[in-house]
Amino acid sequence: MLVRVVSLVLLLGLTTVLVGEDQNPLGGDPKAAKLGEFQFRINCAFCHGLGARGGGRGPDLTRAHKRYTHSDAEMFRVISDGIAGTAMPANGTNGQGVGMTEAEIWQLISYIRSVEVKTSAQPAGNAVHGKELFYGDANCSSCHMVEGKGGRLGPELTAVGGSRTVESIVDSVRNSSRRLAWGLTEATKEFPQEYETVTVVTADGREIKGVALNEDDFSVQIMDMSEGIHLFEKNKLRSFSKSRVSLMPSYDATLLSDQDLQDIVAYLLSVGAK
Amino acid sequence: MREADLIVPRPFFRPAGACRFPVAYPRLAPWAAFLRRFAAVVSDFSSVFRRQISRDTDWYIKRSSFAAMILLASTAHGQVTFNRLVNSSKEPQNWLTYSGDYAGHRFSSLDQINASNAHALVAKWVYQTAATGKFETTPLVVDGVLYATGQDNRAFALDARTGRPIWLYQRQLPSDIRPCCGRVNRGLAILGDKVFLATLDAHIIALDTKTGNVIWDAVAVDYQQGYTFTLAPLVVKNLVIVGVSGGEYGVRGFIDAYEADTGKRVWRFYTVPGPGEAGHGTWEGDSWKVGGAPAWITGVYDPVSNQLFWPTGNPAPSNRGEGRAGDNLYSNALLALDADSGKLNWYFQFTKHDEHDWDATQVPVMIDIGDKHLIAQANRNGFFYVLDRATGKLLSANPYGKITWSDSKDAEGRPVPNSQSAPTAEGRQVCPGALGTTNWMSPSFSSSTGMFYVSAREECDIFSTAPQPYEMGHAYYGSAYFPADGSEPYWGALRAIDPASGQVKWEFRHLSPSWSGALSTAGGLVFTGDAEGNFIALDAASGKALWHFQMGGAVYASPMAFAVDGKEYVAIAAGSSLYAFGLP
Repeated sequence: MLVRVVSLVLLLGLTTVLVGEDQNPLGGDPKAAKLGEFQFRINCAFCHGLGARGGGRGPDLTRAHKRYTHSDAEMFRVISDGIAGTAMPANGTNGQGVGMTEAEIWQLISYIRSVEVKTSAQPAGNAVHGKELFYGDANCSSCHMVEGKGGRLGPELTAVGGSRTVESIVDSVRNSSRRLAWGLTEATKEFPQEYETVTVVTADGREIKGVALNEDDFSVQIMDMSEGIHLFEKNKLRSFSKSRVSLMPSYDATLLSDQDLQDIVAYLLSVGAK
Repeated sequence: MREADLIVPRPFFRPAGACRFPVAYPRLAPWAAFLRRFAAVVSDFSSVFRRQISRDTDWYIKRSSFAAMILLASTAHGQVTFNRLVNSSKEPQNWLTYSGDYAGHRFSSLDQINASNAHALVAKWVYQTAATGKFETTPLVVDGVLYATGQDNRAFALDARTGRPIWLYQRQLPSDIRPCCGRVNRGLAILGDKVFLATLDAHIIALDTKTGNVIWDAVAVDYQQGYTFTLAPLVVKNLVIVGVSGGEYGVRGFIDAYEADTGKRVWRFYTVPGPGEAGHGTWEGDSWKVGGAPAWITGVYDPVSNQLFWPTGNPAPSNRGEGRAGDNLYSNALLALDADSGKLNWYFQFTKHDEHDWDATQVPVMIDIGDKHLIAQANRNGFFYVLDRATGKLLSANPYGKITWSDSKDAEGRPVPNSQSAPTAEGRQVCPGALGTTNWMSPSFSSSTGMFYVSAREECDIFSTAPQPYEMGHAYYGSAYFPADGSEPYWGALRAIDPASGQVKWEFRHLSPSWSGALSTAGGLVFTGDAEGNFIALDAASGKALWHFQMGGAVYASPMAFAVDGKEYVAIAAGSSLYAFGLP
């Protein structure tokens, strides 16, 4: 671990200046954790939820195992710089909250450490069976891809186990439309794929149904049910409608038992933890 | 001195007009020389160029100067005076103040670009700041030169025809400044040979219009207490007026006036009254000391009554009312101040004892309907207010977006909060959300259509509250807010409001809430931008989209218009670039 931190710091010369420390200089200070909670509420809770237990947008940070951050120094860097390619913004740029000072970031890290659940939560399900279901009888992979295998119509799920709460994953399967189009705020929606169901009728009368890949006031990109991509200018369509009823069926307990769902979640968590 | 000035060399600068007046006009040289001497008295950029470029190019400069004189012969030319600011409508080719005029109209009487030809608009030039963060500037244009600010307190002057830089100033900011919401700035003010910049480390500085050199640098307040400036100053007479930011840090807000020549402070109006002052009793205990009420958007000025109308922001902490019982004057209010003394003539408080961060920092708009002299504001709390400009008396308040916090009005007609609006520990859903039905982006009032145009945001939030001790220089919210996930996805719209009735006449719907302001023109157009990067021309009468251009970056700015060489341009910042559009 230490080697990893040292090499990280050496690689990122600029960050070395910013970070300055490999370990939280305020580590273990209960007052720092309390101050960090204020910072968390202002800057982080919007996506990561009150108490850091994760919202529909950001990962549950009470898990000891995090996908992008292990050491305090890595956590400092992620909070300072954000995570490229994700909705995690750099400090002070998310349009919510304020830019934090170095000391405040360390307070924030103290807080996150203070709410971590130390015992590694072993998922109750059977990940091996979950994988069989995912690619087999449950039919998930016809629309969802994990580690390069599967369909494209629905969200790619490799990281979902590491970035969403178990509750939100379960909810997304049982009530597939409820969390549809939980739009990110504009500052973080560089690529606002929201999986709303879109139906268009082209000028020559063809009806195309699929999910919205991207959209603005004047154009829309759609992936149809057979994964074909269509790019339209809205004013050239005969009709255009959006629905917040997901193309994904809601899997109730008769379609997918609680045990099978738990197994699938265990599979996603095992992949997401890599 | 903390900062060092950086003036970039200009190896790429090609004198404007060089190809316009080639060697075919040598016999005009004596005239050119005469005109150049005259121009040197009023506003001679050529002298600057001459210092910097070689003798070979000097010849072209003479032509350039002559060309400039011809160009400007028919316009008001020379340095910007207070008289020119008062009469800005007489020179529509220029954009002399943040809102384009003292009344806050953000209206251009240029009509070369109009509803019949807007479909043909093209990008004429793009200037890139190459900086990250929100780019919120409204440029000024004076006689062919564009002055604007960028992220991190840079300022620059461009040839308004080409977008080519004349100078760049970059302030060296300390590392521990405390901007709440990005290292942003919204623009400059101009008077004489100076442009004025209010900085993130709470200085007011005057820059030379010709070089960008610092002429004076005044410290307004200690930034380490959480004070910043983000607004464009307003020049009135010989005063540079600014309002401070810092409502998220428990500052005590103020509005200041500085002598334009020297930077000496002439007056300060504290937006939170101290002991013994009227309004002090609206604060519990010592809460006034950290009461917030910043004043971070540029106000407007009425030359007839010599009054400033300046709006203020939230009381601190923004989302917790416990500990600051009372109305918390003069937070979330419109202040009528005597421009010479800063003395308060009247105030109107839109949101009393605010717990939702609903700053009233939206540009107020002076509107005259018949013999009624009004001032209107589309407020962040979701109501469109119309006041009597002479007295501050409320005449009407109508919602222009979804609101859930009020369902009744008091005896004055002011909307009052209902029992379901105050934040709770576990959180309570209220519309509008914390960012409001609108925010700091400018509205526009068209004297052609008589309509008030505003960028509206439809979003609700869950407001929670929690006790938080005040610590100097640290964020002081007492709360958090979250998206209300059960509701519809956020969306936005550009809305046209009839100020006489307060009714929304039409809207152009945006996919998501926009941070773009609006510009209306005598060409029957309203320009605005969206969060997905489109710049859009709408028919001012119907709201129909006539043209759009994808700029590749979200808009956090308000558009403006100008003309050079008889050609109209419309400009807006998006992403990290400043765009100018015109007809082919």
